[in-house]
This record gives sequence, C-alpha cells and structure tokens, in this order.
Amino acid sequence: MNDARPVGESGRLEVRIARKAFTAASGERLEVLHDVVFSLGQSEVGALVGPSGCGKTTMLRVIAGLDSDFEGAIVRPPTGRLGMVFQEPRLLPWRTVEDNVRLVAPDIAEAALTALFEVLELTAHRAHYPGELSLGLARRVALARAFAVDPLLLLLDEPFVSLDEALAARLREQLAALVDTRAMTTLLVTHDLEEAVRLADRVFLLSPRPAGILAEIALATPRRARSEAEIAGLMADVANRLNGRQS
Amino acid sequence: MQRLVSLILFVVVWWIAALFAGPQMLPGPERVLGVIIAQTRTGDLFFQVGVTLLRVFFAFTLAMVAGTMIGLLMGRVKLADRIGDPWLIVLLNLPALVIIVLAFIWGGLTEIAGVLAVAINKLPNTVVTVREGARALDPSLDEMAQVFALPRWKALRHVVLPQLAPYVAAAARSGLSLVWKIVLIVELLGRPNGVGFEIGVAFQLFDVTLILAYALTFVVVILLIETLLVQPIERRASRWRIRAA
Repeated sequence: MNDARPVGESGRLEVRIARKAFTAASGERLEVLHDVVFSLGQSEVGALVGPSGCGKTTMLRVIAGLDSDFEGAIVRPPTGRLGMVFQEPRLLPWRTVEDNVRLVAPDIAEAALTALFEVLELTAHRAHYPGELSLGLARRVALARAFAVDPLLLLLDEPFVSLDEALAARLREQLAALVDTRAMTTLLVTHDLEEAVRLADRVFLLSPRPAGILAEIALATPRRARSEAEIAGLMADVANRLNGRQS
Repeated sequence: MQRLVSLILFVVVWWIAALFAGPQMLPGPERVLGVIIAQTRTGDLFFQVGVTLLRVFFAFTLAMVAGTMIGLLMGRVKLADRIGDPWLIVLLNLPALVIIVLAFIWGGLTEIAGVLAVAINKLPNTVVTVREGARALDPSLDEMAQVFALPRWKALRHVVLPQLAPYVAAAARSGLSLVWKIVLIVELLGRPNGVGFEIGVAFQLFDVTLILAYALTFVVVILLIETLLVQPIERRASRWRIRAA
C-alpha cells in the first residue's frame, strides 16, 4: 500500500439516515429509507445488497451528497475526493475517452493515466468518442474516470449490471486489482450476491421498502484468498439470510 | 447537381420575365451583372457592402452573446424566467420599425443607436431558442459534474455549452438572415452609407437595376459566409456525433 495521505484526510464513511421520504405525485409521502446506519473504515470495501427497487440508488445519492433532503447525517471525505460510477456511464459524448477522464482529474500524471488505461484495457480507445464505444467499454471509462481523481471514497452503483457474465467477471477482477493497490474506501451497491461476496469486506443486507439494514456480514478472508467453495458457501449463507427475513 | 439545375432555371425564368416586363420594371440578368461589374470597378460596391457587413457583424455578435446568456439564465433559474418572460413577450411582439425609430429618436442618428436597434430586434428570438435548450439540459450530467466537484466555469464550458450548441447554432442560422434584413432598414432610415442607404437612393431614382445589383451581391456574400464559416464551425462542433453511413 502506498498510503501517503495527510492526517485528517480520512476515507472513513459514516452513514446515519434516520428517514428519507419522497412526495409522490398524489401528494402522499413515501418513505424510502428508514434507519440506515452503518460505517466503513479507511480502505474497507462495503457492499449494499438488496432487492431491486428497495432504494439503493437513493441511498447512494444521499451518501454522495446529491440529495440533501433527508433526516440524519453523513460523514464522508471532503468534496473533490469522491469518485463515483453511476448506473449509466454518464460520459460527455462530445469529449474523447481521454478528455472525459482528464476533465475531472486535470492534474493526473501521464504515467498514472497510462497505467489506468492499461489496467482497464482502454489504451486503444483513448481517442474515441463515447458514442463509438460499446456499453461495456463505456462502463470501463466511467470506472477509469472515478479512479483518476484518486478518491478517498469510491461509490459504485450497480457498475456491471446488464453486461454479460464473462465481461462482468473480468471487470470485477480489474476493479479488485485497482481497489487493492490503493487506499480508498469503497461502497458498492448491487443486487448481485456473487459480486458482493467476491469484492466486499463487509456485506450489508437491505430490506424491501422502506429500506433498512437487515444484517451485516463481515467477510474475514481477504478477497484474493477466497476459494470458489468459500464464495459459494458465503453466497448460500447470504441468500438464506435474505430469504429467511423475507418469508 | 439538382441545385445547379434549379439555379439555372431561376436565371432563365428571370430572363423570360424581363423580356415581358421591360427593362424599366425588371431588367434582365445581363443588365444587373453589368451594373455589379461597373460598381465593383469604382469600388463603391465593396465599400457599401463592407460597411453593411460590419454592422451585421456587431449587431449579430451582440445579440447572440447577450441572448445566449439571458436564455441560459431564464432556462435554469425559475425566478429569472418568471420575471423575464413578460419582457420577452413585449420585445418579441414589438415591430422592428418601432424599435429602430425609437432608437434613432432616443440615441440620435448614430452608429451605436443603429447597431443596438438591430441587436434588440434579434435578441428575443435568441433568448427563446437558447432557453428551450437550457430547459432540455441533462440533469444526470449536472450530477456528474457536481459529484466530481467540477469548477463552475469548467462545468459551463465542457458540460453545459456543448449541450446548448445545437440551439445556439439554430439561433445563429435564423439570426444571420434576420439581422442583415433589419440592418438594411436601419441604413435606409438613418445611416449615410451601406447597402440599405444605396437601395434607398435607387428607390428615389426608380433604378431597379441598381436595387437588384446590391441585393443580389449581398445575398451571395451571406451565402458565402454561411458556407465558408457557419457550416465548418457546425461540422467541427458536431464531430463527435456518429455520422449516418
């Protein structure tokens, strides 16, 4: 690890959302999040797992500071040290791949950028425009952009959804490689148990709406050392807990 | 190819019509061309067209810059839209002639009054078009800029303005033709030179040949600007779009 951050610039994330509600078109208040309390230490990888539509994206938006209309408090690293991968790539179509990344990280060293494109297998696409990329490539550019700012906190919203399994597995590998070489706290939102179990140090299981935390599972074995059998076992365990609570 | 045929057809129709109408009412193409060449030799044509072009340039730039800023503000800030909208409706419906006459009365028969009058005529049109564009801005890209803490001017330049570009281009296209038509009226009413002034003189002398000579020359100049300047800029601005095969 090459952690050379000044004291006080911590990647620690503390989330305490007492309540988050929307006003529906009918005027009625819809509660989306209820008592979501958890924290991640420096360099930890957390995964939020829950059924589709339970409010995961809302939660991530609150944590990212995009939505301040909630009851509670979030402790996160200072602005500018946040990297985020949205569910859609959200690239600027009128800027090349390289310019999209450089725009958010103007001070990035040439070597660091080259290395990043190398890891994500984007070297051949630096001069391409997003409209010329497949979804899988665009997702990788979004990952590169998030990593380029050298974030203290990395937020990922279902980054590999709707990709075929082989590609998702490769990208998961690339993500794990990047996370391991840097000291950043990572929060991953997913509905894919395998993704959570392969990547995370801690898995948070979410209930259906209004979403709250059902259980927290700490994965003791480092992600590199997890065997296939262990991963299968963990997945079964998580699935059991989810189903147990739901029935 | 079809364009060329169409153009030749236009000249032929003109020529036949001139035969029937007589040179007093409608001089033929060859007469108009003769006057264009004669006026070019004396240098008169270049001077008058140049003066008019300068006025078009200043009025157009002023209207586009101010109109884009106001339109962006009104499209993004609800309060600005509510306050600005009635003004916009008044301005949109004020006849060009009224604005020009008032500008000359209040500002005197000066260059500044003339250029301002033209710019004010074009302004509401630009504001309306750019406001539409500002309302259609993609909020998901705004969020991206916010999360990555892009400085304000950077977000404006790289995220907002490229989205507005097609709207600004549309306003510029319709603007160029509108502005030069109004500049001619301004010159007719209150300037001592320019294409509009010359056409005014020709009107008093009933010199249809001279009127057509100046009008056609200016149409050609505007077409050249459109082809050599506006279109390349548009192509460059949209080079990221995938071209249809």
